[in-house]
Amino acid sequence: MSILGTRVLRTEDPKFLTTGGVYTEDLVDERLDGACHVFFVRSPLAHARITSIDVSAALEAPGVVAVYTGADLADLAPIPPAVAGLINTEMQQRLLATDKTRFVGEPVAAVVTEHPYQGEDAVELVTVDYDPLPAALGFDPSDDSLLFEAAGTNVAGYWGDASSLKPELFDGCEVVVKQTIVNQRVAPAPMETRAAAAVWGEDGRLTAWIPNQGAQGTKSSMAKLLGIDEGLVRVITPDVGGAFGAKFGADPEHVVVAWIARHLGRPARWTETRYENLIAMTHGRAQQHTVTIGGSRDGNVQAYRLEIVQDAGAYPKIGAVLPMLTILMTTGPYDIPEAEAVAKVVVTNTTPIGAYRGAGRPEATAAIERAIDLFAAEIGADPADVRRKNLLAPFTEPHRTAFGALYDTGDYVAALDKALDAAGYHELRKEQARRRASGDIRQLGIGVASYVEITGMGDGEETPPQENATVEVHPDGTATILTGTSPHGQGHATAWAMIASEELGIPIEKITLKWGDTDLIPEGGGTGGSRSLQQGGAAVQQAAQELLEVARLRAAAELEANAADLIYDKTRSAFNVAGDPDASVPLTQLAENERLLIRTVFSQPGATFPFGTHVAVVEVDTETGKADLRRVITVDDAGTILNPLLAEGQRHGGIGQGAAQAFLEEVVYDEDGNPLTTSFADYPIVSATEVPSFELADMATPTTYNPLGAKGIGEAGSIGSTPAVQNAVVDAVAHLGVRHIDMPVTSRRVWQALQAAQPGSEQ
Amino acid sequence: MIPAQFDYVAAESTSHALSLLAEHGDDAKVLAGGHSLLPMMKLRLAQPEILIDIGGLIELAGVSTNGNELVIGATTRHADLAASELVRAEAPLLAYAAGQVGDPQIRHRGTIGGSLSHADPAADLPMALVALGGSVELQGPGGSRTVSADDFFQGFFETAMQPDELLTAVRVPRRPGVPWGYQKFVRRANDWAIVGVAAVDGRIALANMGPKPLRATAAEEALARGASAAEAAQHAAEGTSPGEDMHADREYRRHLATVLTRRALEHETG
Amino acid sequence: MTHIEVTVNGEKRPDEVEPRLLLVHYLREVLGLRAANVGCDTTSCGACTVLLDGKSVKSCTVLAVQASGHEVTTAEGLAVDGELHPVQAAFRQNHGLQCGFCTPGMVMAAVGLLSENPHPTEAQVREGLEGNLCRCTGYHNIVRSVLAAADQANAADQANTAGPANTAGPANTAGPANTEVTA
Repeated sequence: MSILGTRVLRTEDPKFLTTGGVYTEDLVDERLDGACHVFFVRSPLAHARITSIDVSAALEAPGVVAVYTGADLADLAPIPPAVAGLINTEMQQRLLATDKTRFVGEPVAAVVTEHPYQGEDAVELVTVDYDPLPAALGFDPSDDSLLFEAAGTNVAGYWGDASSLKPELFDGCEVVVKQTIVNQRVAPAPMETRAAAAVWGEDGRLTAWIPNQGAQGTKSSMAKLLGIDEGLVRVITPDVGGAFGAKFGADPEHVVVAWIARHLGRPARWTETRYENLIAMTHGRAQQHTVTIGGSRDGNVQAYRLEIVQDAGAYPKIGAVLPMLTILMTTGPYDIPEAEAVAKVVVTNTTPIGAYRGAGRPEATAAIERAIDLFAAEIGADPADVRRKNLLAPFTEPHRTAFGALYDTGDYVAALDKALDAAGYHELRKEQARRRASGDIRQLGIGVASYVEITGMGDGEETPPQENATVEVHPDGTATILTGTSPHGQGHATAWAMIASEELGIPIEKITLKWGDTDLIPEGGGTGGSRSLQQGGAAVQQAAQELLEVARLRAAAELEANAADLIYDKTRSAFNVAGDPDASVPLTQLAENERLLIRTVFSQPGATFPFGTHVAVVEVDTETGKADLRRVITVDDAGTILNPLLAEGQRHGGIGQGAAQAFLEEVVYDEDGNPLTTSFADYPIVSATEVPSFELADMATPTTYNPLGAKGIGEAGSIGSTPAVQNAVVDAVAHLGVRHIDMPVTSRRVWQALQAAQPGSEQ
Repeated sequence: MIPAQFDYVAAESTSHALSLLAEHGDDAKVLAGGHSLLPMMKLRLAQPEILIDIGGLIELAGVSTNGNELVIGATTRHADLAASELVRAEAPLLAYAAGQVGDPQIRHRGTIGGSLSHADPAADLPMALVALGGSVELQGPGGSRTVSADDFFQGFFETAMQPDELLTAVRVPRRPGVPWGYQKFVRRANDWAIVGVAAVDGRIALANMGPKPLRATAAEEALARGASAAEAAQHAAEGTSPGEDMHADREYRRHLATVLTRRALEHETG
Repeated sequence: MTHIEVTVNGEKRPDEVEPRLLLVHYLREVLGLRAANVGCDTTSCGACTVLLDGKSVKSCTVLAVQASGHEVTTAEGLAVDGELHPVQAAFRQNHGLQCGFCTPGMVMAAVGLLSENPHPTEAQVREGLEGNLCRCTGYHNIVRSVLAAADQANAADQANTAGPANTAGPANTAGPANTEVTA
């Protein structure tokens, strides 16, 4: 009986449930004995010149070991912008702001104390003189107040060519709808904030414990920013309390902590507060979309244009690159004859934008799903019918879109119909009609969103996506797997053990997974972009199979038989001569004289494309505008499912975050660039009372790109749910004249939309 | 998120607490449940030199009756107030309000005395006390005095308490069987009210429509003249001065006040 | 420094502490009990939840000095004879955790909830956990875990008691019936 596809409970859990995970702040390690504690002085202004920093009072405070400013770090190079060739190279970030500060929360100085409780006391005593400058904000930040004088502009770069947009794109369309939409800035807000612990050995090597999504990438970043050879850096990944895209690489604070440890010759530790996390960890999304959609009155979409402005925040990081992915997925699952997309990236005096669950793809889906609904409303058609009419027909051979994406397998209409069926769509529409006819205060809204998304992308089609794994069988009957992935809640320890167990017959309780230590695993792509199972898991399977081939040869020698005459009996984890079960040798014995291990690299032809449809049902109180999320029904087809328990968990989490973006979350700045959402009291991550239990329907269209048949599932839930919920709330009040409400669809926004839709009111 | 340093003393009796308050005045803050005070101190918005902990004074906790009033000890926890059979029978609006504060963990610690002294205009218990027409008992060096809810809340986080006074008890009229309504409009379950309304016995109190919990006097007068709930509620925002924040502008708050007042007057909770 | 004596997981501990030492840091740094985590600054997230005299509290908003003379139970103290506590077991059975950071606090809040309301409805579970934030699970499996733990306890009670099965017990909702939002 295969263990693959079964609901195996996580082997990780007993520890997490009893003594708890060991996160960076929890670490007890003799290498960190005597550590000092680092605290950051952060800019209270969105845009200012720094004229002086007085640390004298702080130096006198109890327990203060040292105070550092940017001047002390002058020998370290600034962080260049992401994709420096395409993004204005002048837009660099110093590790500690030196001449200028460009966002509230930017680190300006570092205070080091003996005891953590002394840090905040000392930070208050650092006096920084600022010369305020006007803040450049929004999607069209004025060039009157330049963030980077040397750049001469607040435009960081472009994706696509605006001059190539065809004015005639919509000629021949009977119906054309245009709308500007905001995909608002959100905070990833993992429950564990950022942290670091660092110590330098007498051999001159740095050991850094950092919660991250890929130790190898973090190591490269640390080495580069410290200006040292990568061989001198070891990154170890403790348990990580969530990441959602925002814990890749290294942030300035991580580098400063390591630098301090070297400078002081003692270990240094840092954990940020939630306030710091909400203003200085990279934010997500922050795109403005102008969508134009055109087609025939009977529901055929003929043309679509997406014009994107990406607010990259103060320093262009990966957020500046994400529009490239948005453009790649412009038309989503639809067959639209004419489509074009371009993006402009601007810098503003706000927190830099990074990756956040979906990283550029939810934005594409949100834009086109709103556009489809707008088009449907314009022609008076059911939004589900319009989708069905325009979705790509099912395909099993890869399908190349006009934007260059090569979709592997897909059956989008089946996903749509399955979700609608599971939702009881027609009954819902009847209930909605009944409430509309009787003018109920509480109206029902039904939102549909179909999506396809790209997972497991490598560095482009020239570099196929890949991952490595090492599997070793020990004489005592246990096995160890080394993976280049980096789990932070996804359950790889269980999932990879399932895969190895399936090949080797060793029970999962006896299989240990290791990850995240660059001395142990020098190469790896980490966990993000929903890549891990399809590449990392496939690598484990491949390694286990290759290990058995090596073992087979040893068994042949041991049994003095031909390798070809041996069979591997998983139930006994032993090789025996075919037809002679007694002539056998256990796998473990073959590890006794010489280590039995294989390291392999699994390569996949390209990215895979999971897809699905989400249906959201909301009730809107038309007197107050408050929307309650009643149901979310989803189909998320990610190919063959390895462990349904884990897959469902990923879908639930994605749906929760995606729905939260639609109706709750937003990072808010005032007109001077001061963040207003600086705590969990103000930044409303969703609690258990705001969401229902979710209804997951299953569908699995395997990919041919890896032997597991698996596509990625980690982000899909957040891609479908956001537009489904947004569409549902608009749908609830569509009969009252509302066509569009930007996210988050708060009660105030709904009420204002209702007011604006009143006959006689100014629109 | 660590408070600034302070001294700490656990009061051994109410009179001990009072003498400490007399000694330290403005430098001291009283600590009971700590769930209004400690969050402020952790953000360093409050930095008292000394905390006087009255949490151990059992004489200050509990619910009893005194004629036509309920008497509630200042250190009675929200959870206990919400679960009290006596309060649920005689002043159900108060029990309900206590059950609305924050979340279960907060309700296990926070006290009515603490919440009222904190005087957050968006909070549940100050609004509830004003709706009920209750009063607070303050003890000081000169003896004790009773201040009505209408007079107790004076401004934004400001009460009639002097620095040397201790809030020792809360009194509310007993109204068994009298219908009441309560509306707390929030974005998320354990947020403070964007707008709140509590109504009982012809009295209507509003949360977060001004710097302190306000009486919707125009609406009350309309009711007294025989207006229906819907008609009276149209006047709910008169005389209020709602603020603007990221949740709501003034116009939306005024609108919510009318809708929620109508619902509260129709004896709905939500 | 102030002298305190707190009983933690059944063990009485004398210590000298700064008045401003938060209970969560006393548990983590002085006693080495690091399951409870600090996840926010504003008493919002509940990752620090422990039981204080059997009631769930957010240990980041309790001073260690306030806990003197009282009993604290942490996630480390829940296991019975090395076996997972039924609530912990239910979380495992139902995949009620992913990254684990919110989990000890969530489990303690659930234990507290079930001690006050042994037979909660789904809505009551969700309301009962409104003080505990999770970013990974979307709460779906957390709610299932708590309901499963309640079912288990109920079944065990029914097996153990000779009397009438699960009477409703004192009402634990704070308000009249129309607080429930009907779908």
